[in-house]
Amino acid sequence: MSSLFPKKQKQKHKRSNEHLPIPESLWNKCNKCPNIILVEDLNISKMVCPKCNYHYKLAPSQRIMYTFDAGSFVETEAELIGSNPLDFPDYEKKIDEARESTESNEAIITGIASIDNMQCITVVMNGYFMMGSMGYAVGEKFTRACELAIEKRLPLIAFTVSGGARMQEGVVSLMQMAKVSAAIRHLNETGLLYVVVLTNPTTGGVTASLAMLGDITLAEPGALIGFAGPRIISQTIKQTLPDGFQSSEFLKEHGFVDAIVNRRDIRKTLAAILSIHGANPLVAL
Amino acid sequence: MGANTEYTAWKRVETARSAKRPTSIVYIKKLFTDFIEFSGDGLFADDMAIIGGIGRFNGIPVTIIAEEKGANTLDEKSKRNFGSPHPEGYRKSLRLMKQAEKFNRPVICLVDTQGAYCGIEAEERGQGKAIAGNLYEMSGLKTPIISIIIGEGGSGGALALAVADRIAMLENAIFSIVSPEGFANILWKDSSRVKEAADVMKLTAQELKKLALIDDIIDEVHHDGYMDIDKTIQSIAGYIELNLDILMKMETTGLVNARYAKFRKVGSI
Ligand SMILES: [Zn+2]
Repeated sequence: MSSLFPKKQKQKHKRSNEHLPIPESLWNKCNKCPNIILVEDLNISKMVCPKCNYHYKLAPSQRIMYTFDAGSFVETEAELIGSNPLDFPDYEKKIDEARESTESNEAIITGIASIDNMQCITVVMNGYFMMGSMGYAVGEKFTRACELAIEKRLPLIAFTVSGGARMQEGVVSLMQMAKVSAAIRHLNETGLLYVVVLTNPTTGGVTASLAMLGDITLAEPGALIGFAGPRIISQTIKQTLPDGFQSSEFLKEHGFVDAIVNRRDIRKTLAAILSIHGANPLVAL
Repeated sequence: MGANTEYTAWKRVETARSAKRPTSIVYIKKLFTDFIEFSGDGLFADDMAIIGGIGRFNGIPVTIIAEEKGANTLDEKSKRNFGSPHPEGYRKSLRLMKQAEKFNRPVICLVDTQGAYCGIEAEERGQGKAIAGNLYEMSGLKTPIISIIIGEGGSGGALALAVADRIAMLENAIFSIVSPEGFANILWKDSSRVKEAADVMKLTAQELKKLALIDDIIDEVHHDGYMDIDKTIQSIAGYIELNLDILMKMETTGLVNARYAKFRKVGSI
């Protein structure tokens, strides 16, 4: 993963790894079942428990590694960062902490990559960066990815993971929902493909905008996907929620997801989708 | 300016939510003639938290879409789900906006909601997708849209009626990412710190105008703690008249491009 962030490699030892999902020890106990698995095997199975199919959360670098052709990902807008538009107290400090712990600039990474030599633009959200919340830097990077897709006439693939809006940016954050939706509209008007892969968790303002506007909507198994978070809903209606509520399977049952795709098959599925939509493999690689 | 220039943010929150404040129904009656209510999303149900229909403003045919909290009685409030729409409410509004587009009618939206409803059925029927659908379609709707936040502009549930050529707020209306209670709870795990939340959230019309996140503020007229509805209606009507005239003269491509540019530049770096 370090090859994606060559610039930042130096500082790595100073940083805490507590937000990263890769376990430090040789063995790891599954979060969902009693299975104990070799970390090495877990990496081979793309961080999916071979016993119970539990999908571990991923850092964007892992997502990119598991999905795209090796070495094909070239990051765009890597230096784009936001500021503190509402002068919210201590917001800069929070962002700095998130940058330290995740080694990312923001809650989203964008770039050009390929699957089976078919090129695409991709955006990968980062759930470890302030819960993947959509501040204006996230909205801006997503919008620029749409614009790049239009410029290069390439399909766009988005992996979503988000707790929703970036509270510290208030209405600036809210307006990003309109901005990214409008950008997707432009993309659609040029006839380009937009595929969304919903991952755990995708909620709030991201669900109510870019996550629900795909031509094709895939979801990883067992992900939490919703507009309101389950805690807010149970507080509002003063009831406990049924099992499986707001899971990928629940969304599919209610007609909002095209297919649930195991992470181990996602690359293959995306390759087929790109190919069916006329993507041309790169020649002379 | 109106009479309340010295209000604190929290005082504006209280004013925006006040039971004494008129709800959309009152504005619809006084702003439009020949109003005919149209119900239902054509898919599932009629959501009474949103009132939609057609009528005339100064003789001009318009489509009206308004979030309605329900005035006076608890029955009325329950019927309106306290102004918190379900997905079918947003889908009704979208159906009527597409209808307006077909017949070249401007759309006037009145926003007044704590937020889109958070409940089991709302999730089952795709609250997120319904709101996203509105944002998406409104960003390219080929007819003018004016949105006026008359009370509470709560988060995505408000934005779903506010991707507009003009976003105006009444002087004591609020517009926010979440309620001050929710904000204090999320960021400080203490929902009692509402006043402090209101202060830092930049949710008043005055602060949002300064940040260029809304276009205009419409003055309210108050006497003895009550809004003078007829005088306030005069300033709203003046605002709509002026801006409708400008927007209706714009050529459609220019109108839609200008709307896109307006949202594109929020937080462009
Ligand atoms: Zn397991």
